[in-house]
Amino acid sequence: MTDRPLTGRARPDRTPHTLEEWRALGGYEAVERGLRELTPERVLDMVDEARLNGRGGAGFPAAKKWRFMPKPGEAPGDGPNYFIVNGDEMEPGAFKDRILLEATPHQLVEGAILAAYATHSTEIIVLIRDAYRDAIRNVSRAIEEAEAAGYLGRNVLGSGFDIRMWVHPSAGRYIVGEETALIEALEGKRAVPRKRPPFPAQSGLWGRPTTVNNVETVSCVSHIVANGSNWFQSLSRTQEGGTKVFAVSGRVNKPQVIEAPMGATAAELIEMAGGVSGNGVLRCFQPGGGASGFLEADALEVPLDFGHVRAAGSMFGTGTLIVLDQTACPVGVIARHMAFYARESCGWCTPCRDGLPWAARIMADIEAGSGHLSDLDILRMTVEVGGPRGRAFCDLMGGAMSPLGTGLARFGDLFEQHISDKCCPVARDHRRAAA
Amino acid sequence: MSLAPDLCAAIEEAKHHHGGPRPAMLESLRMIQQRHGWVSDAHLEEAAALLGVTTAEMEDVATFYSLIFRRPVGEKVILLCDGASCWLNGGDAVRDAVMEKLGIGFGETTADGRYTLVNICCVGGCDHAPAAVIGRDRRLVGPLSPDDLDRLLGEDAR
Ligand SMILES: Cc1cc2nc3c(=O)[nH]c(=O)nc-3n(C[C@H](O)[C@H](O)[C@H](O)COP(=O)(O)O)c2cc1C
Ligand code: SF4
Repeated sequence: MTDRPLTGRARPDRTPHTLEEWRALGGYEAVERGLRELTPERVLDMVDEARLNGRGGAGFPAAKKWRFMPKPGEAPGDGPNYFIVNGDEMEPGAFKDRILLEATPHQLVEGAILAAYATHSTEIIVLIRDAYRDAIRNVSRAIEEAEAAGYLGRNVLGSGFDIRMWVHPSAGRYIVGEETALIEALEGKRAVPRKRPPFPAQSGLWGRPTTVNNVETVSCVSHIVANGSNWFQSLSRTQEGGTKVFAVSGRVNKPQVIEAPMGATAAELIEMAGGVSGNGVLRCFQPGGGASGFLEADALEVPLDFGHVRAAGSMFGTGTLIVLDQTACPVGVIARHMAFYARESCGWCTPCRDGLPWAARIMADIEAGSGHLSDLDILRMTVEVGGPRGRAFCDLMGGAMSPLGTGLARFGDLFEQHISDKCCPVARDHRRAAA
Repeated sequence: MSLAPDLCAAIEEAKHHHGGPRPAMLESLRMIQQRHGWVSDAHLEEAAALLGVTTAEMEDVATFYSLIFRRPVGEKVILLCDGASCWLNGGDAVRDAVMEKLGIGFGETTADGRYTLVNICCVGGCDHAPAAVIGRDRRLVGPLSPDDLDRLLGEDAR
């Protein structure tokens, strides 16, 4: 269990533990220790020393974000600090938070209580996507049990600290996962991202100091408090602490969630996922979900963490790999991604609202064999306008441009062949080889 | 048909949950949909009145969130993933087979009112690709294949 702290206790059928069962496995010891023996500052320092980076996509150090949260009385006006758990998981290829929500909800509750303590938050909200009904049910039940046991509510464990926690079931739309859009959603509005600054720690939910963290990030916290920062750091093979709940899907024989040390390689993970399927030869992979750039076989041995993947020219994102073998066409994958991001644009800013549907249409044409060479210039321009250093309002568009930009750069010949041959060359050659 | 008394009471109650009537809008829409399968104009107006918000404010929210249905849907809504991981595992063939079997396209409902087919982004079921979620309790099904659609549509899909 210790080498897979986050998923080691999950049951194969994902039935969650009752609070009693969870306690028998050591559950809530960290909460008792944290709230009885440690100050909020000490909990925060431990998370800092553990080098826990956010697992929701950007890899921002959790403790650094938490330090922006004002202490009671420091923020102007009345009202609580909020701690929000982001369980919107909708990135193409991402299915890692699901297991943590469904199978180990008490781990999440424990982590959230400690995180709330460290950020002086007295209200915890867990936003969960609509399609994860089992997750909504299991987390809600875990919260009820924790309340009944006195881990939530008034004066938790005699600490003088009050904490309320509840689940907000969402109702669709990928953009809800963007943290400021999520705050808008919780306020009962359309989920359009907010301008930053002010950052949520200054002015978040209902204008109050707010921290948003990913489900996996929060699920790490009790382990750090229970076993120490050095232990957490030692789980990793790199400078970034902990294990990582990876997921591998696409053209692999056994797509699955795999908890492995931070810094595990794509070669190892693909092997654990039963190896490359299709013709068994890797063409490329996305290391961090749909919004991460393509990497090829020369990156198979790159230690997967935020720093190393960035240095390799992509983004670690959600740490969920999408694998393509030689018989799978990256142009087709990019077409699916563009259709997705275009549909999920919130519509607020022009580059994204108008640029993504345009790119999606062009990709569909190219894939169908009715594209033109001049289309490639339009796609490149879209990448320029909407890419990471571009002019869109939030990172949805920038993310969407990662597979498109890296796809054009790495697989330009395939794009051109689709256009010149008026069909998908990969599918055609594969059919020929099979015949 | 107006909202049932217990639903009205639940909507009134939601006002007092967290942050007043505004956040209660989505909660109310969800409750109405859970009961009726979708949210009609009449129900939306009634809920808005109960919450003390305008119909326009309610509509504003209802039309943004893709899983609040503003048109009647069938008994079972099939949310079929059209993401990349499903596509890489034969998602297109499953889509075509479902459409042929039901005789409907995305956004449509069968004439007998049993099924509505909707395409959705990644359902977080890439380890069961090609995957879908079906019914009011959003049950995950997969891996699907064109000749085993009964798993999607049949009894065990509830
Ligand atoms: C379009 C978009 C969608 C996002 N979706 C999610 C999501 O579903 N879950 C998540 O944890 N973070 C998501 N994020 C990242 C959040 O904005 C935020 O950075 C994250 O929740 C912070 O948590 P972390 O620091 O623990 O990673 C998304 C970002 C963007 C731009
Ligand atoms: S980039 Fe897209 S999702 Fe983000 S604010 Fe602009 S329109 Fe909305």
